[in-house]
Amino acid sequence: MYVAVKGGEKAIENAHNWLSEIRRGDVNVPNLEIDQIKEQLTLSVERVMSEGSLYDTDLAALAIKQSRGDLIEAIFLIRAYRTTLPRFGTSPPIKTEDMVCMRRISATYKDIPGKQKLGPTFDYTHRLLDFSLLAEGNIPKAEKRKVLKEKIPHVLRFLNKEGLIQKEKNNNYQPKDITRNPLEFPANRSERLQSLSRADEGFLLALAYSTQRGYARNHAFVGELRIGYVKVKYNIPELDIEIDIAEIIVTECESVNQFQGSKKTPAQFTRGYGLTFGQLERKAVSMALVDRALRWKEIGEEFVGAPAQDEEFVLSHCDNIQATGFLEHLKLPHYVDFQSELELVRRIRKEYEKNK
Amino acid sequence: MERKFWLSTLATCNDAHLTSLWEKFGIEVNFTWLRKPEIGSIMCQGKIGVTGNNFNFGEVTITRCQLKTSQGKIGHGYVQGRNKYKAEIVAICDALLQTNKRDFLIKNIIRPLVVSDKNLKKDVMSKSESTAVDFFTLVRGET
Repeated sequence: MYVAVKGGEKAIENAHNWLSEIRRGDVNVPNLEIDQIKEQLTLSVERVMSEGSLYDTDLAALAIKQSRGDLIEAIFLIRAYRTTLPRFGTSPPIKTEDMVCMRRISATYKDIPGKQKLGPTFDYTHRLLDFSLLAEGNIPKAEKRKVLKEKIPHVLRFLNKEGLIQKEKNNNYQPKDITRNPLEFPANRSERLQSLSRADEGFLLALAYSTQRGYARNHAFVGELRIGYVKVKYNIPELDIEIDIAEIIVTECESVNQFQGSKKTPAQFTRGYGLTFGQLERKAVSMALVDRALRWKEIGEEFVGAPAQDEEFVLSHCDNIQATGFLEHLKLPHYVDFQSELELVRRIRKEYEKNK
Repeated sequence: MERKFWLSTLATCNDAHLTSLWEKFGIEVNFTWLRKPEIGSIMCQGKIGVTGNNFNFGEVTITRCQLKTSQGKIGHGYVQGRNKYKAEIVAICDALLQTNKRDFLIKNIIRPLVVSDKNLKKDVMSKSESTAVDFFTLVRGET
């Protein structure tokens, strides 16, 4: 039981004032502008939007500034703001097949229609510190090349055509919104994916890694990873006209996993799916691997007790705001409950001494 | 040009670009609010594995407003983000695009926005194209 405390207003106020001062840092150093965060720390901004589950680059940048760069604190601010917004409606699903891709790769096929395009990636860099960034380094200009074909079809379509991979089930299921209705177990895959898409990147990475190391191994390939701009559609209720109301950057990963077959059905690859706001490839790939691991029942695999297979474990612990809220409350005064525990221990010890 | 097209262009265009285009012409419009600009969100959905069932992916901030001009035209301002002034400009444009100002607005506001968006996408695609891995070149080099 938690018993509230009163008082301390002045100390709290002073602590917050010092926080503001320390956030600003040395006043001889120019003040950090929101636009600078938005333009130069884009991947932090995108992570905050993804885990905050709200696409708004200005707000995410503001949250990062306010939180002194503590991304979980920034995500907390976004989540809190999000709850104040009236919901105007729901978009039909985004069409990633129409994405204007910055990056699009497949680790399963070398030659694919639409080509392998590396995009602005850290892959293949040597991970050496670039000391030229300490100074006003020369910025090399991105090359451009004429685009012949604009459409970039999904790679897994080709496996689909041959029946080599399981088809996605589509029974027009209307997904429940986990921000409106609490998750129930067992959860549907739609609700699982909503959870995973706003989940903590580090948690998903660790779980995905555990499947690679053998805890519910499902041998994943990145069938396709694409990053780029997609339109969000919305039907204006007053006009009954569907417009492009927003444009967002997303990362999508389709994994191709361990195949399976039986006497009744020939061998087929299985899939996992990851979709995140922003350019968050580590998270999108992790999400696809965890999605796949959670599908063990539907695919007819054995439950080997691996954490990544355990839906209740994964979904109950993947949200870093829930987690940090419960964890950080431990720092708040617990004087009364501790006092009662103290009394109890003293009494038990006294009885022990008496009966010795 | 369909209303769907101009509303889509205005909703997703660059805020600063629209504002500068709009303010350049200093068009005065008298109107009354039907709904003052308000900030909210829409839930954006995704599709499992591109072809499967839908799932709730995450929210996007949206600002909306409605107004009626003194000419009696109703304009809808739906925009991405939280810029109330932008939503107001969009609603006024939407109302004017239903009048004889239409050709002027299409030429001086909508078209420039469309062109600048096309250029931006062309830029992204051509930079992306320059990072295309050309496996054929390797093969050709060996033979």
